[in-house]
Amino acid sequence: MDARQESERDRMKNRTEVERKSERELVVTRTFNGPARLVFEAWTKPELFMRWWVPKSAGISLRSCEMDIRTGGKYRLVFETKGPNPMEFFGRYIEVTPHSRLVWTNDEGHEGGAVTTVTFEDKGGQTLLVMRDLYPSKEALDDALASGSSNVDAMPETFDQLDEVLVTLDQGAGQQPSKT
Amino acid sequence: MVQFSKTRLDASFAALSDTTRRGVLEQLGRADASITDLAAKFDMTLTGMKKHVGVLEQAGLVTTKKVGRVRTCKLGPRRLEEETAWIERYRQLWAARFDELDEVIEELKRKETIDGRKTRE
Repeated sequence: MDARQESERDRMKNRTEVERKSERELVVTRTFNGPARLVFEAWTKPELFMRWWVPKSAGISLRSCEMDIRTGGKYRLVFETKGPNPMEFFGRYIEVTPHSRLVWTNDEGHEGGAVTTVTFEDKGGQTLLVMRDLYPSKEALDDALASGSSNVDAMPETFDQLDEVLVTLDQGAGQQPSKT
Repeated sequence: MVQFSKTRLDASFAALSDTTRRGVLEQLGRADASITDLAAKFDMTLTGMKKHVGVLEQAGLVTTKKVGRVRTCKLGPRRLEEETAWIERYRQLWAARFDELDEVIEELKRKETIDGRKTRE
């Protein structure tokens, strides 16, 4: 991709919004320039999922990614960290409706884990993605906000390296990531 | 943008502008206490302390719970700036992921176009 195309792409980048919708709900929204079935595919095929879930230059990498995408199926993500212990995220899919809806639990750590619902909605060639984290109580969300949930702590403060990551990804586009 | 009401910010600053209320927060940082305890500690009337606690509660800095005839106060579950910072970090994390997801989707789209052409040929 040349420089002109690249700046064009940056200009076209869609905005990610986050809002605390209620005492126990956090909502992320984003539009994608593609049909819902492709966004859903990128979310549910481990080899594709692994390519975008962890910014590559963040100093951590995904050691393994098991996703049994069906209602009742389990998932487990294991991260390699700089520390001695790998970090794990796991839970269960409560609902899987192809191309439109995914619901899963976040069972790592504690009882206060949220239930995450992602909806994929076709909007004339684009997809409106809405991700809701519903916590069991106001206190659980407050705690997550106060302590920094594991999800966020997993990411070192290296978001400024992101441009670098995107360039790397771009160069690597078309190559299949190696499976381990 | 992060949704954050100015009203709530104002309420927090107002709450923190008073020495007694800052003292109450400091006290509650060590241990939960009833309004009666706090009134005694700060040498105030019960009504006066109730008012201070009410202001802190309004700002989300303190929560209270009444059990029987005793109203116990404890620190609010979060500090304002922490929540704002957290939400912004969370947004950046997802923005980073989704910007990369864009790339994956572009690739899937290109692939479909190519596959579509093959089918037609």
